[in-house]
Amino acid sequence: MPEEDKPVAPPSPPGAGQSGETPAAAAPPAPPKPAAPAKPPGPAPVPWESELVTRLKLQYGSAVAEASTYAGQHYLVVEKPILHDLLEILRDQDGYDYCVDVTAVHDPKREQPFALVYILYSFAHNTRVRVKTWIRDGESAPTVTDLWPTANWLEREVYDMFGIRFDGHPDLKRILLPDGWKGHPLRKDHSILQQDNEWVQINLGIESGQ
Amino acid sequence: MLDYITNYLGSQVTPGQAGNVFWITVYILVIFAGVSVAVIAMNWLERKIMAHMQVRLGPMRVGPHGLLQPIADALKLLLKEDLMPENADALTYRLAPLLIVIVAFTTFIVIPFGPTHAVTDMNIGLLFMLGVSSMSVLGIVMAGWSSNSHYPLIGALRSSAQMISYEVAMGMAVLTAVVMTSLHGMGPYGVGGANTSGTGTLSMIGIVDAQADQQVWFVFKFFPLGLIAFVIFAIAMIAETNRAPFDLPEAESELTAGFHTEYSGFRWSLFFLAEYAAMIAVSSVAVTLWLGGWLRPFPNIHGPQINLPGFWVQAAPQAGLVDLLFSFAPALTFLALAGLSFRAMVRMPRHPSFKVQTMGLGGFGAVLALVGLLLLVPPVRNRAQDIFWFVAKVSVSMYLYIWYRSTFPRYRFDQLMKVGWKILLPVSLGVLIATAVTGVTLGGWH
Amino acid sequence: MNDEKTARVLAPLPPETAAPNTFLDSNELIINMGPQHPATHGVLRVILRLDGEKVLGLECVIGYLHRGVEKIAENRTYAMFNPYVDRMDYVAAVSNGLGYCEAVEKLMHAEAPPRAKYIRVILTELNRIASHQLWLGTHALDIGAVTPLFYTFRDREEVLKIFEKYCGARLTTHAFRIGGCLYETYDGFEKEVRKFCDFVDPKIDEYEELLTTNRIWVERTRGVGVISGKDCIALGVTGPVLRASGVQWDLRKAQPYSAYPDFEFDIPTGQRGDTYDRYLVRMAEMRQSIRIIRQAVERIPEGPIMAKIPKVIKPPVGEVYHSIEAPKGELGYFIVSDGTTQPYRLRVRPPSFVNLQALELMVKGQLVADVVAVIGTLDIVLGEIDR
Repeated sequence: MPEEDKPVAPPSPPGAGQSGETPAAAAPPAPPKPAAPAKPPGPAPVPWESELVTRLKLQYGSAVAEASTYAGQHYLVVEKPILHDLLEILRDQDGYDYCVDVTAVHDPKREQPFALVYILYSFAHNTRVRVKTWIRDGESAPTVTDLWPTANWLEREVYDMFGIRFDGHPDLKRILLPDGWKGHPLRKDHSILQQDNEWVQINLGIESGQ
Repeated sequence: MLDYITNYLGSQVTPGQAGNVFWITVYILVIFAGVSVAVIAMNWLERKIMAHMQVRLGPMRVGPHGLLQPIADALKLLLKEDLMPENADALTYRLAPLLIVIVAFTTFIVIPFGPTHAVTDMNIGLLFMLGVSSMSVLGIVMAGWSSNSHYPLIGALRSSAQMISYEVAMGMAVLTAVVMTSLHGMGPYGVGGANTSGTGTLSMIGIVDAQADQQVWFVFKFFPLGLIAFVIFAIAMIAETNRAPFDLPEAESELTAGFHTEYSGFRWSLFFLAEYAAMIAVSSVAVTLWLGGWLRPFPNIHGPQINLPGFWVQAAPQAGLVDLLFSFAPALTFLALAGLSFRAMVRMPRHPSFKVQTMGLGGFGAVLALVGLLLLVPPVRNRAQDIFWFVAKVSVSMYLYIWYRSTFPRYRFDQLMKVGWKILLPVSLGVLIATAVTGVTLGGWH
Repeated sequence: MNDEKTARVLAPLPPETAAPNTFLDSNELIINMGPQHPATHGVLRVILRLDGEKVLGLECVIGYLHRGVEKIAENRTYAMFNPYVDRMDYVAAVSNGLGYCEAVEKLMHAEAPPRAKYIRVILTELNRIASHQLWLGTHALDIGAVTPLFYTFRDREEVLKIFEKYCGARLTTHAFRIGGCLYETYDGFEKEVRKFCDFVDPKIDEYEELLTTNRIWVERTRGVGVISGKDCIALGVTGPVLRASGVQWDLRKAQPYSAYPDFEFDIPTGQRGDTYDRYLVRMAEMRQSIRIIRQAVERIPEGPIMAKIPKVIKPPVGEVYHSIEAPKGELGYFIVSDGTTQPYRLRVRPPSFVNLQALELMVKGQLVADVVAVIGTLDIVLGEIDR
């Protein structure tokens, strides 16, 4: 599916360091809003300057690959080895006590095709931050269920949909799809036309789920 | 043979006491048919009344105002497939609904619809009643166990615990009434006419007679003791019959349908029949014990004596004017119902598709009017007014059942037990003791 | 597959939960609640491990309604995907649409015109009332009170009538478009909304009359399914459940979106975090919604209802997360754009899904009847959980 539908360059979300030519059509043509001044070539992420970022960069150096702001939202791109420690610091020292979401993005064109995205919120400061890390196919990530119990089901869903395993997760198994399901549907190489008929053939005794 | 039949008509005792097998059979059949019809009517009424409380119309399609809906449902249930879980205990599974129905109907043997309108009058009638009705828990446990399924099992366990718990409080409340029968005196506090005789009896007819003698419904006796005992009995009887807000054994949202989850078709309808029959039975007991049974309201007021000769008063020669006026109530009620039917008939849309329904309503009204007119005839009036008052009081109780169901949320199991053991039981014990003490100090023992 | 799951639940108890001195030998009871059960609000399956009536543990089995919404999104254009979001939380379809449209607008760096924003707020708050009404009816039904269901459905009908008149649909409304609204309000819209506010205010009193001081209701809900604010945050539980636990947090105030900064309203909170407080919070929220609607109808500006956005929606490369306060909690959309007409990745952060995780914590050690009450009080919609 992705082959025919996505002829354009892979998304390489803004963290990946591309800056230049975005399609011109995407630019809002002379937006009438006074609030949002026109940004002709499409806005690019700007570096996120804050005490937090300085501190983290000081502590982890280049492992904090990027800290930017896009559309008023802050995000960090970090390397996997420091991910768990960094999230723990964010939770304990910077008040990001609420893990809004754990999800993933699949970009098969990259060498490390999976982006794990942690969306955090701080009740104390009323701010959000996204922490992103890139991992290889088949590579596992550290679980954050010990930091936020809410990550339990969210990580199970990521596992279910992308096949990313989480080390130390208490009960890593499929959550939305049946246990016997083959493949991980939110990977880009999993076409929506691809039917898993085996499960219905065995369990429901019908030829096809269509 | 004819003598055998006619002998009883003039008799002043129940056929059971008279040993008249023919009339016993007739009474049993009439009561069985009557209760079954009452259950069907109750089904329709419950749906209509609840619907109107819940801003709905309820059944409107089958027959005028859905009057034939329960019959259609009964037919549907008869035609439904009779399912049995594969691993069920077949014999027990089949016996359970039968047992429950038999128990529910057996209790009607001792219920007095009038001074002579009972199958029999046992001197341990109340004990018999309690004993038999408590056997229905056996049927529920059998149903829950034999279904070999978890929901029925939990439902059955809840049910047995609940019924046993509430029987204790119920028994205490009943004893209060029994104690009251053995106390002298007129008026609510038993002071005054010590000439009347209480009976001190467990006989259902005896208890109503005692209320007639003491000229007070026991619910008002030793106010508020009688009232408290009545309320305790009323609560316990709802729990006994597994109705809302104590319908945990069949809590729909928790146990799907409780002990009869696995039943279908006719067996399920037997449970249904038994539940409503049991409701009518316990309501009858409540009416008998506390609300004066077949006695009309204000049994202590008779008005001036009238001894005019003639057709209208001939049937009750020694009764007062108030008695006479009250004796017209049954006929007037039926005539009023007939009037309602005719009014509904007139208001039916004038359209060919409603023709049958309109005619049906008219026929229904005509039957009601006929009954009403028949009740004006003095001999019929005199014999039927007892039944009328009894049924009217039971109907009020049944209405309360429906009202509770549409008003209250359901108790949780531990709260139910708490109410039963920690509130109802101590209070009922206290009331029993207080009644006895009050009786001794104010009225003296018989 | 089911055997495997049942076997896991059947595994022996850890030593600390086993009764220390079992004079009478007893076994645990495994009860399978759902996926077809009157109280699981759809197709939730809860496997309960019981000791008599006491809940020792449970496992939720979900996914029976999984339709692959996120996968569908990757294969539809932004505008084509808009109706799909209505099918997630079908009880509050308008809120879903609002969240999605705002997220895409954020991705496009566009903004809806003020009039559109006001229309959005009015409809969203109307939908919040409808959603809470449906919750109340079913929750009361679960606890055994039959009648409130019919009262709430009678009054919810009025909301649906307004929706129907506005956009032709009652349940899955597809009311908003990316960049604003497609439909201008119909003649007499404001009058009807005002009339609805006047109509529903006393009705809420009526529900409260039936339940708030009802002894059985209070006994069934007080102290049931208690969850602390700390646990709520750790478990990511949001919405009325969080507020009932004493955390005064509402996205409409914390990070205002749409026209919400213009309105005055309070965030009702509870203290105990039990089912009764959640009930009170939701009742108060309905009143606050009425307050917001009244202000919005009063001040609704004139002007266009659609921003000038291109016919073909092609957001620039980028990713945004946008969340709104849906009736059930924080409803978030995380959208990654690769500059084409289709989202590269669209993630929905469903409040019901996250809130349902708290079920185990809330009912462990309580009774079977409480499971039903707590499932009701969490206000889950399976369409949103399974997506």
